[in-house]
Amino acid sequence: MMDNPAYLAAAIATMAVVTYIPRVLPLLLVRGRIQSNFLRSFLYYVPYAVLSGMTIPAIFSATTTPVSAAAGLLVAIGLGLSGRTLLTVALGASGTVWIIERLLAIL
Amino acid sequence: MYTIWQGVSAFICLIREDNRPSEFTLLTGADVASGLADGLPIGLGYFAVSFAFGLAAVEGGLSAWMATVISLTNLTSAGQFAGLQLIFAHRPLVEIALTTVLINLRYMLMSLSLSQKLVPGTGLVQRLLIGFGVTDEIYAVSVSHPGSISTRYSLSLLLLPLLGWTGGTLTGALAGSVLPGSVRAALGIALYAMFVAIVMPTIRRSRPVALVAGVAVGVSTLIAQAPPLTMLRGGWQIILATIVASALGAVLAPIHVGEPGQTEEVS
Repeated sequence: MMDNPAYLAAAIATMAVVTYIPRVLPLLLVRGRIQSNFLRSFLYYVPYAVLSGMTIPAIFSATTTPVSAAAGLLVAIGLGLSGRTLLTVALGASGTVWIIERLLAIL
Repeated sequence: MYTIWQGVSAFICLIREDNRPSEFTLLTGADVASGLADGLPIGLGYFAVSFAFGLAAVEGGLSAWMATVISLTNLTSAGQFAGLQLIFAHRPLVEIALTTVLINLRYMLMSLSLSQKLVPGTGLVQRLLIGFGVTDEIYAVSVSHPGSISTRYSLSLLLLPLLGWTGGTLTGALAGSVLPGSVRAALGIALYAMFVAIVMPTIRRSRPVALVAGVAVGVSTLIAQAPPLTMLRGGWQIILATIVASALGAVLAPIHVGEPGQTEEVS
């Protein structure tokens, strides 16, 4: 994308605009609450669906080998279940990946 | 992102102890001071997470400058990360727009709720500015702020998180060339680990959320692996996974209107 600065600029502008609109529209227009229970429920579940669908399967190609990624994922799930902070979970998973990949390099 | 807020809330309460809102809330100084104090822990957390974003952006071929502009103008984690993947894959703008808007739909819920907290008479320009700062954590802090919130408070609250998010991205982007390759590879998992950290606590206590997450993973994996569905790989993968899973959740386990803590639980 570095050889196409126009595409890059347009992509970044697009992202910025469509991120801003959902944030600002309700502040400008809506005074009451969303009435549709389906829509409210749908919106409630969206973040969890997005994050889960984005994480798996993509996480398995985020490191050098799927093996280290799987180990990192397991550690992240464990730390996440015990309610650790984002920083702890991120560093724990990254540390695990680093150790596993060093081990694999030795073997 | 909700987890950061949980982690810092005790700290915020400490600061608020001798800074209780009163008739002085309308005074400039008190509003700015409490906004900055509330924003500091968010900014620190953002710095750490956006460091990984800057790293990933440069790793994929973006300049440090471009990565920083993305963070400054977007101020969001999941949306930026998804957008980054699509930019790397050189996907069409419409796909980038659809994916980003879907991921950021949750902000509508938050802004809706936040609109009830604004001091009456908050003007158009002020609302335009406040809207830019609606993130998971800033929203969580705003709605738990006692009483109405002024524009001065909102913008003071926004300042340090924005600096942390943008500065962390720049630092991560520049550090990319200094860090050894093995560390860079290991940090590639950091953002995904963060998403796991956001979702897991809620999955643990909510069966419907666990179901929704499972279905999203299933649909996403199916599209990534099973031809001919693989033609949808990329942005449509996340859009379809999200719509199918969230709609299923909304049909099978609708959230009851007025249920306490509902919007607060959205991360």
